[in-house]
Amino acid sequence: MNSKKIKNYLPQILTLLTIILIFGFFTFNAQINMDNRGIDFGFGFLKQEASFDIQFSLIEYSGTDTYFRAYLVGLINTLLVSVIGIFFCTIIGVIVGIARLSPNYLVEKLATIWVEFFRNIPLLLQLFFWYYAALRALPLPKDAVNFFDISYLSVKGWYIPKFVWTNFSIFFYSVIVAAISIFFIYRFAKKQREETGKYVPAFLLSFLTIIIVPALTFLIAGVSLSFEYPVLSQMTKTIFNFKGGVGIPPELMALALALSLYTSTFIAENVRAGIMGVGKGQKEAAASIGLTTGQILKLVVMPQALRIIIPPTTNQYLNLTKNSSLAAAIAYPDLVLVFAGTAMMQTGRAIEIISITMLTYLTISLSISALMNWYNKKVAIKEK
Amino acid sequence: MINNLIFKKPNVNNLKQYVSIGLLFLTFSFLDVFLNSLFKINLTSALPGFISFFLPLIIGFIGFYLIRIEHTGNVFLDTANKKINLTPFNSVLTLLSIFVLVKYIPLLLNWLIFEANISGTTKEDCTGNGACWVFIKVWIKRFMYGMYPNAEQWRINTAFLILFVTVGSAFFIPEKYKKYLISFSILGLPLIAFILIYFLISGGFFGLEWVETGAWGGLSLTFIVSFFALIFCFPIGVFLALGRRSDLPAIKYSSIGFIEFWRGVPLITVLFMSAVMFPMFLPDGVYMDKLIRAIIAITLFEAAYMAEVVRGGLQALPRGQYDAAKSLGLGYWRMNFLVILPQALKLVIPGIANTFLALVKDTPLIYVVGLLELVGMIGLGKTNPKWLGMATEGYVFAGVVFWVICFSMSRYSQKLEKELSTER
Repeated sequence: MNSKKIKNYLPQILTLLTIILIFGFFTFNAQINMDNRGIDFGFGFLKQEASFDIQFSLIEYSGTDTYFRAYLVGLINTLLVSVIGIFFCTIIGVIVGIARLSPNYLVEKLATIWVEFFRNIPLLLQLFFWYYAALRALPLPKDAVNFFDISYLSVKGWYIPKFVWTNFSIFFYSVIVAAISIFFIYRFAKKQREETGKYVPAFLLSFLTIIIVPALTFLIAGVSLSFEYPVLSQMTKTIFNFKGGVGIPPELMALALALSLYTSTFIAENVRAGIMGVGKGQKEAAASIGLTTGQILKLVVMPQALRIIIPPTTNQYLNLTKNSSLAAAIAYPDLVLVFAGTAMMQTGRAIEIISITMLTYLTISLSISALMNWYNKKVAIKEK
Repeated sequence: MINNLIFKKPNVNNLKQYVSIGLLFLTFSFLDVFLNSLFKINLTSALPGFISFFLPLIIGFIGFYLIRIEHTGNVFLDTANKKINLTPFNSVLTLLSIFVLVKYIPLLLNWLIFEANISGTTKEDCTGNGACWVFIKVWIKRFMYGMYPNAEQWRINTAFLILFVTVGSAFFIPEKYKKYLISFSILGLPLIAFILIYFLISGGFFGLEWVETGAWGGLSLTFIVSFFALIFCFPIGVFLALGRRSDLPAIKYSSIGFIEFWRGVPLITVLFMSAVMFPMFLPDGVYMDKLIRAIIAITLFEAAYMAEVVRGGLQALPRGQYDAAKSLGLGYWRMNFLVILPQALKLVIPGIANTFLALVKDTPLIYVVGLLELVGMIGLGKTNPKWLGMATEGYVFAGVVFWVICFSMSRYSQKLEKELSTER
């Protein structure tokens, strides 16, 4: 009994001791080093003026703002590119994943080549290729690629029309209201079907809701929308660039391209595994009770396939978000470049800034993981 | 006769007519796209632009419709119909795939080979429209060895050759000693590699000139970093996985904390940490080489991922295996190393291979600490004033190199998985 206790406690105590010793050693050294250099540990610098410019920002920012504001700009830029990347990688991934299961020999082989090609090349290399090679080959603004006179693609970036709203907040709230009512429509439809067996056209109703409710705000609440188109203007004698509209910088384009193409291969593999993971018997059973092909896919195959697909796919979304930090390599002002790069160079506060950066990513990752675990528990097959 | 053709569905009875007309349509459709893409000739320029653009698709669609006849008895036709021409939608997909291939493969080949330049020594020797492989040819030593002095490069070659022979000979050792192979690859191999790198590549002994790690680079650095990180991250990952499954709370939670921390942050911030934050944690005057710091950072980072992969394998084993091992009187270590791990690791070979691949693909990130491996060296080469505008060639070259390495690794793992599979 006694020897068992020792066997239980000794390794634990040793582990804890080692961890404490290592951390203690690091803290002790860090203290001495910081004293030597005359820096004290603290986060007060976040309130100081940042005094550097950021090329691309979704919120208002100028050099006179604080370091905290710069941090926010970086964080929002990181989230922006992640959302764009997630959107496109999902679309491409699902298409390629289904194509890999196609009975068509050519389509299947092309999809396989796509996956094997983009998966086996380092993401950083792909990013460099798009940024330094492919997007640099675009024409100068003077002879930009013209999309119907409203959008222009050039080496300076992609210029698209800008939405000019009046009373945008009313419109925004109406969309939220519509989204909430759709949630209730679906719940109502499900309840009706389960209790009375009546079929409520939930999809049609929600489609109408999301169109009509925001549209009403245009008529009643004075919401209006106009577009500001980019116009080619002459900066100096030889330099042209676009004015007006929204300019998507080439850095953002390269990053979104590289992230979505690279991640799409992993999502395609997940989708393929998910669909293949649904047993053939399930489809046959569904067909034998008289469901149509569409119903089989919607009611039998997809719910089961999604259970296999979603957990690893969320993992890939997380990876994409973390990989978006490669932005620093092509000077897209994301969290790492703005905060762990420029802000750190200026303040010299390595420990604080790297910790904040890591904690930010850690928070994003852990909260999504927690959400995922909750979801997994919810959809897990309840076995007896 | 004409009436028959128009109003009858294609069937076996009038096979010959339909197939010949269908093939004629298809040939015309491909010819149109082919001539259009290669020689800029538009066969159908007489028609309005919109129709002319979609004509190959329409003609091809009709062609495929005409040859979609079941059970003809002609092996070639039947196979083709089954593989690429099953339904109308299917045939559209086929046509689009073929058009894409016909349109872009010639352009690609032209750029890569037919119009490319390889002879010469300067950028001005590249006259064609294609790639300028002169850039790669001139810079190849930099891409392979970084800034390592030209005269000393035999040392890297020798070191890699010795290592390669050592690893390769592991395949040929007699069956009797195979059980020592794992302990050798965990303990012996890193030791040999370290000695080689320390004495031969780094130098400073036996009259060999000392070369600082800042001068190392190129593909050889990719290999050095991947090799060490690969060797070390595996055992650490296994221990972390065992720790996470341990009954002892202190060990369990410290393992969980360690794993989740490294998995939650991007590698680039870890490397930033090793570059700017880690030196603050060391006593004043103690300096750790940046290559070693980078390798440690990558190792710990990948070890966390490896731990999760191994944990997946451990979880997949039925409880009976643990119970059986315990009932034989095996202790914790012997149970895990003799019974559990051999089975668990076999289950997760694809996962392990993916982690290794991720590791190799992550090595270019060491540019953060100022080390330039292959991708970094190309970045350096393309900014050289004499070689501006060579980014495409450089990155295509690096892409091919990495692709070959990663693809062969993943193929090897698939082969290994099949070989070791005990399922029947």
